[in-house]
Amino acid sequence: MGAIPEADPDEVLETKPFKFVTGYDARFPQQNQTKHCWQNYVDYYKCTTAKGEDFRPCKQFYHAFRSLCPKAWTDRWDGQREAGNFPVHLDK
Amino acid sequence: MFLHNYISKLQLDAPTPWGLFFQDSASPQMEGIEELHNNIMFYLAIILFTVTWMMISMIRNFLANKSPIAHKYMNHGTLIELIWTISPAFILILIAFPSFKLLYLMDEVMDPSLVVYAEGHQWYWSYQYPDFTNEDDEFIEFDSYIVPESDLEEGQFRMLEVDNRVIIPELTHTRIVISAADVIHSYACPSLGIKADAYPGRLNQASVYINRPGTFFGQCSEICGILHSSMPIAIQSVSIKDFLLWLREQMEG
Ligand SMILES: [Cu+2]
Repeated sequence: MGAIPEADPDEVLETKPFKFVTGYDARFPQQNQTKHCWQNYVDYYKCTTAKGEDFRPCKQFYHAFRSLCPKAWTDRWDGQREAGNFPVHLDK
Repeated sequence: MFLHNYISKLQLDAPTPWGLFFQDSASPQMEGIEELHNNIMFYLAIILFTVTWMMISMIRNFLANKSPIAHKYMNHGTLIELIWTISPAFILILIAFPSFKLLYLMDEVMDPSLVVYAEGHQWYWSYQYPDFTNEDDEFIEFDSYIVPESDLEEGQFRMLEVDNRVIIPELTHTRIVISAADVIHSYACPSLGIKADAYPGRLNQASVYINRPGTFFGQCSEICGILHSSMPIAIQSVSIKDFLLWLREQMEG
């Protein structure tokens, strides 16, 4: 790993749209982004609790916490939600 | 800077023995730091020579055998005291303004195109690329250990080379999110002008915009235990096309 693979000259390149998901958030201008991750995690589950899993606008929170939060943190919070001891009421 | 690039295509991206100056910059941040450093060095040189000259001439003019009662008359002067109080304050302001300007500019994270998560461990760094997932919702994740001296190949740097380098596309705004798993570490790379402490339970961000291809080295910069010196950082910047090729290989592998 680490080595850059050789490009295949015959390969046809296609350009796909790419969306930048976690841009600048004026609520979190600091170097410390802990709250930025946490707030988006809480907002996503509040959003899906209120509007249902399929409500598209909720996805924005998902992408934000997904790209900011370490996997270990979200795994732990997922466990807490399932066990019912997550420190925030997601239905309020 | 432009002229410098024109003259020499060889860039200094790693520490050298007895290297007293900066490594060559590879990001706007580092260029800003160098510029500020040069600016401050200009004032520093003037102050150093002025003060040295004043000290020497005082010693020469007021030797005991030359003016034996100087201490009786040369003990107060409102004007000179005003001058040597106000002018240093003015110089400090001249230094502070560009310094703060640079500080807040470096803090600014532009809308980043990708996030790289760096986590300090005793004693290695681990990385995640959470923005790119495969069908199983997995993303790239790897540990980056030092290459021990016995395994070094010709041309590799002792105590700096790692087994898995961080690959970052050049000319792309990247947000590096920095944290730690056990104790405080610090993520640093001189050529990119970044250094941020890695705390367990806290996410610090650093903005990186690498403006040329190359491999840039850094070291853990917060004493974190016995192998603190053995958790180097190697960041390789590649073209966006090569980055995508690497990404695909990682995702499939
Ligand atoms: Cu460390």
